[in-house]
Amino acid sequence: MTDTGIGAPVRRREDYRFLTGKGTYTDDINRPHQTHAYILRSPHAHAEIKGIKTDKAKKAPGVVAIFTGADMAADGVGGLPCGWLVHSKDGSPMVEPPHPPLVPDRVRHVGDQVAVVIAESLDQAREAAESIEVDYKPLPAIINTAQAAKSGSPQVWDQAKSNTCYDWHIGDKAATDAAFAGAAHVTKLDLINNRLVANAIEPRAAIGDYDTGTGHYTLYTTSQNPHVIRLLMGAFVLKLPEHKLRVVAPDVGGGFGSKIYHYAEEAIVTWASKKIGRPIKWTADRSEAFMSDAQGRDHVTHCELAMDKDGKFLGLRASTTANLGAYLSTFSTCVPTYLHGTLLAGVYTTPAIYCEVRAVFTNTVPVDAYRGAGRPEATYLLERIVDKAADEMKIDPAELRRKNFIPKDAFPYQTPVALQYDTGNYQATLDQALKMSDYAGFKARREEAKKRGMLRGIGIASYIEACGIAPSNVAGALGARAGLYEAAQVRVHPTGSISVFTGSHSHGQGHETSFAQVVSDRLGVPIENIDIVHGDTAKVLFGMGTYGSRSIAVGGTAIMKALDKVIAKGKKIAAHMLEAAEADIEFKDGKFQVAGTDKSKAFGEVAFAAYVPHHYPLDKVEPGMDETAFYDPLNFTFPSGTYVCEVEIDPDTGITRIVNFVAADDFGKIINPMIVEGQVHGGLVQGIGQALLESCIYDDKSGQLLTGSYTDYCMPRADDVPSFKVETSKEATPCTHNPLGVKGCGEAGAIGAPPAVINAIVDALSERGVTHIEMPATPERVWRAIHGTVARAAE
Amino acid sequence: MPSTVKMTVNGKSVSGQVEGRTLLVQFLRETLSLTGTHVGCDTSQCGACVVHVDGRSVKSCTMLAVQAEGAAVATIEGLAPAGGDLHPMQAAFREHHGLQCGFCTPGMVMSAVDLAKRNKSPSEQEVREWLEGNICRCTGYHNIVKAVMAGARAMATGKGGDDD
Amino acid sequence: MRDFNYQRPNSVADAAKALKGEAKLMAGGMTLIPTMKQRLASPSDVVDLAGVKDLAGIKKDGNAIVIGAMTSHDEVAHSAEVKKAIPALADLADGIGDPQVRNRGTIGGSIANNDPAADYPAGCMALGATIVTNKRKIAADDFFKGMFETALGDGEIITAVSFPIPDKANYQKFPNPASRYAIVGVMVAKSGGTVRVAVTGAGQSGVFRHKDAEAALAKSFAAGALDGLKTDAKKLNSDMHASAEYRAHLVGVMAKRAVAACG
Repeated sequence: MTDTGIGAPVRRREDYRFLTGKGTYTDDINRPHQTHAYILRSPHAHAEIKGIKTDKAKKAPGVVAIFTGADMAADGVGGLPCGWLVHSKDGSPMVEPPHPPLVPDRVRHVGDQVAVVIAESLDQAREAAESIEVDYKPLPAIINTAQAAKSGSPQVWDQAKSNTCYDWHIGDKAATDAAFAGAAHVTKLDLINNRLVANAIEPRAAIGDYDTGTGHYTLYTTSQNPHVIRLLMGAFVLKLPEHKLRVVAPDVGGGFGSKIYHYAEEAIVTWASKKIGRPIKWTADRSEAFMSDAQGRDHVTHCELAMDKDGKFLGLRASTTANLGAYLSTFSTCVPTYLHGTLLAGVYTTPAIYCEVRAVFTNTVPVDAYRGAGRPEATYLLERIVDKAADEMKIDPAELRRKNFIPKDAFPYQTPVALQYDTGNYQATLDQALKMSDYAGFKARREEAKKRGMLRGIGIASYIEACGIAPSNVAGALGARAGLYEAAQVRVHPTGSISVFTGSHSHGQGHETSFAQVVSDRLGVPIENIDIVHGDTAKVLFGMGTYGSRSIAVGGTAIMKALDKVIAKGKKIAAHMLEAAEADIEFKDGKFQVAGTDKSKAFGEVAFAAYVPHHYPLDKVEPGMDETAFYDPLNFTFPSGTYVCEVEIDPDTGITRIVNFVAADDFGKIINPMIVEGQVHGGLVQGIGQALLESCIYDDKSGQLLTGSYTDYCMPRADDVPSFKVETSKEATPCTHNPLGVKGCGEAGAIGAPPAVINAIVDALSERGVTHIEMPATPERVWRAIHGTVARAAE
Repeated sequence: MPSTVKMTVNGKSVSGQVEGRTLLVQFLRETLSLTGTHVGCDTSQCGACVVHVDGRSVKSCTMLAVQAEGAAVATIEGLAPAGGDLHPMQAAFREHHGLQCGFCTPGMVMSAVDLAKRNKSPSEQEVREWLEGNICRCTGYHNIVKAVMAGARAMATGKGGDDD
Repeated sequence: MRDFNYQRPNSVADAAKALKGEAKLMAGGMTLIPTMKQRLASPSDVVDLAGVKDLAGIKKDGNAIVIGAMTSHDEVAHSAEVKKAIPALADLADGIGDPQVRNRGTIGGSIANNDPAADYPAGCMALGATIVTNKRKIAADDFFKGMFETALGDGEIITAVSFPIPDKANYQKFPNPASRYAIVGVMVAKSGGTVRVAVTGAGQSGVFRHKDAEAALAKSFAAGALDGLKTDAKKLNSDMHASAEYRAHLVGVMAKRAVAACG
């Protein structure tokens, strides 16, 4: 390992610009003669639009133009597409309602887009919007996930009977029923996975810039995947060919899933820019973000676990209602299905699994992938019911898990819910986490806490996730409407410096460092000579972007494949230069060497020869050194690990404090351990946020968003969380089907943390008879759990 | 109603036309093109907009530009010389991986520098409590806390801190 | 935010004159500016007190600490004078908002706004403070009139707050985890045989004195004296952050903790 190669904790190359205020985020960009857009949004959760009058507003100071849904429809603008077609149990396709960028006829959630006002300044646009008269006829709204499909509930879409988008299932129902019939014990649990808001600190923004001279459009946008936006917006919404449309996602201030999707505002500013012949900037304020960024989670689940008398898992069944909101966001439909139902084997040998998911429409903001996407919901379900089973069976939770783990020699392992895990060693991370947390010493700590009047609990969660959805043909058969490969281009410049173009976008993940480490390691070139370029469709050949912890596993491998081509070409050139047979050339430590001799050419010399081909095999090789590769993985990757959380609860107030949290993760091979740890920390706090603090709440009747700002939606702060003990597995199992052996680490924390925290709280409260508590476990909820049980006991 | 406002920003005298309602952060970003100061919320909570006014950290989204008339304002751009070595607090954030997407970072760093000037060796708990007004969604705070503790110590040993 | 005419008078008298029609007074701006940004207030004029000399500062005056209206929370929190005489008040100020809010926010602004979840109203009520304006002196008990309502008349401007120094006092706050305002804040102060207990965050009409708690503590100033203390949940706020029942419970817990911390 060199100090900048694979495995080194290289300090990040992107940090200097961020630390000195020189980052370039979308809102930092200003185009000449730019105008500003304000989106008029629905104040109603559900209402018919009887009419929109814009005459008065159009005369307001500074107003350039006002457009409504009718204007966009008249121009043939299409709807925002959904990227994954799911079929119901009966084979019928999901209900896929239209999703116009500006709604002409009926608004379906608070914040739905009704009109855009374009003015010389944002203040002018906002003021003019106040004089637009929209005649709404309010309709009853349905908000509640569990109620949505019940008869008599208000209908969001006429074509979606019982508000159902699809009624999907996976697994062998008959085999699962049989397993339950033969069970010695069945544990049952009802739980809710609370709705969350991703809340990247940079609000979304978009600048549309149409060039009247060339007919080219440029969209600057806060996106995790600019090529996907270009494809979706170009092909489906605005019907513009790719060569006329450039999408730039510059520095992006966090995404966590919420910036994957193609949003209405992107299409609006791009389309309207041509209408007015000037650039248009739109930047969300936080309140707008709360009512327009796709939200996450929101599952209501009943699950049951069948065991034999020794606690061996025989079968699992789960029935989930998943709230998709009012419209189908880009990847919304695959989250509760192929990213959730398929994960229900977890790390266990459960032989029979059956899962049903009913996805429902409600009058709420659309729901889509948020850090973890489906896998946190699956893990929460599993790890909670396993803990409840351990409690009922009087088996230590660690032991019950160990008893049911897929053994380390059983890989590749085919689960009963479609996935085939390539590698794993779950015992190793469990053992490591138990040691790190001094699990054995917990009882003494509980006793000590009791003396102080505090309730102390410990909770375990062993998770698995599936990252880098693949391969494309399988995903396509399951309904994906896009490929799931990644693209890379390695351009070696004449003097040997290198620009790497990647379709993986970096918005906090540190790709400019870790990807450069991969290149430096492989080519033996100093890291200073390598530039990682991303986020601009005019520069990068293509890309599917960053989500699902796929960047290093898929994007990194694409770079490796391009590097292989560079080296192969270099060998041909070097063979000529060294007057040796190509087969005898080895590439090592940045040198092309004739095997067994000291004859060699440095990488830079070969690169130079490629661009100044005076002594060059022109009959065999083209000049230049610029290689591209597309990589489509053979399988998902399967990171796994065990988290242990220890809490203390103040029974007087119900306040839970996390006193210790340890994480032991198996991410396969690690490129940059510093960055990996940072990813885990961030994920953990999002997971802890879900478990203790965060919840997106609507008024059940009016559909008004009650948690519409940081004064009501509780973001985790520095004093809400502890420092962590984070380690990677000492017996890590590298991925077997990518050349780097990497698995991905971005979502793990958010997946494993919620059940670890809730298991710890339930453990702390178990002496008060508590067997489950919903998330977020707020002080009042905890206090009520204690109080309620005490009251019952007294009766 | 437009008026002229004058102040010192990062040691330089500046002036510009503003309305009464122009926020300090708008003046910095839009008039002076100092886009390192960010806006992440509209309820004065996220702290992405923290700058120093007369040596104290404030939220520039919750201050009118006219209120800064005659004041000395310091932003993230003024902490280290352009293109030069990082200020000790910035260096500590880099060394300890105290930033990911970078959006909250300028406010975090400016807030941390204010703490370090008051408390040369803050404890973990003191740092966590001080950062109550700065929200980060990426890092989970773990490395920010480490960075602020290290940065404060580095400032105390005389390597910096003269930012205003 | 809608535009307005910005005024920065040099004297309280000029400030009072400027307060006409839809004009609003601004101290630190920590509430007014966010309110204007959300268009919940759109004043014609904003009259900034920052130009008025001598409104900030802390001094001991006999058996009282007098704090100028434009004194920031941070100054109160770190004032040697306050820490020595009424450490509970310094602690209260140190728990308001966040460091940046404390650097700009002022005691006068906080009190004049009378946010039902603000901390200072509890401090004023429990300590029996006197609010000094350009026109008169008002006892805290008479000053806070309900949610966002005070006894301040037209053109009346707070210039200082005078806090009698108690024998003992303590403030305990259960903050809203999101906004960090008080869900329940209880200030307990003992001066001779008199005990005053003020509760903020919980009441439907803003800050209130808890007379039952005061009576119990006057008999015996010990946390145990509050065992079985009843707080009528019907008069308390109920929202998604805390039900009235939970708030009622927390009032008791916080009050006990405040008494215990008084030592």
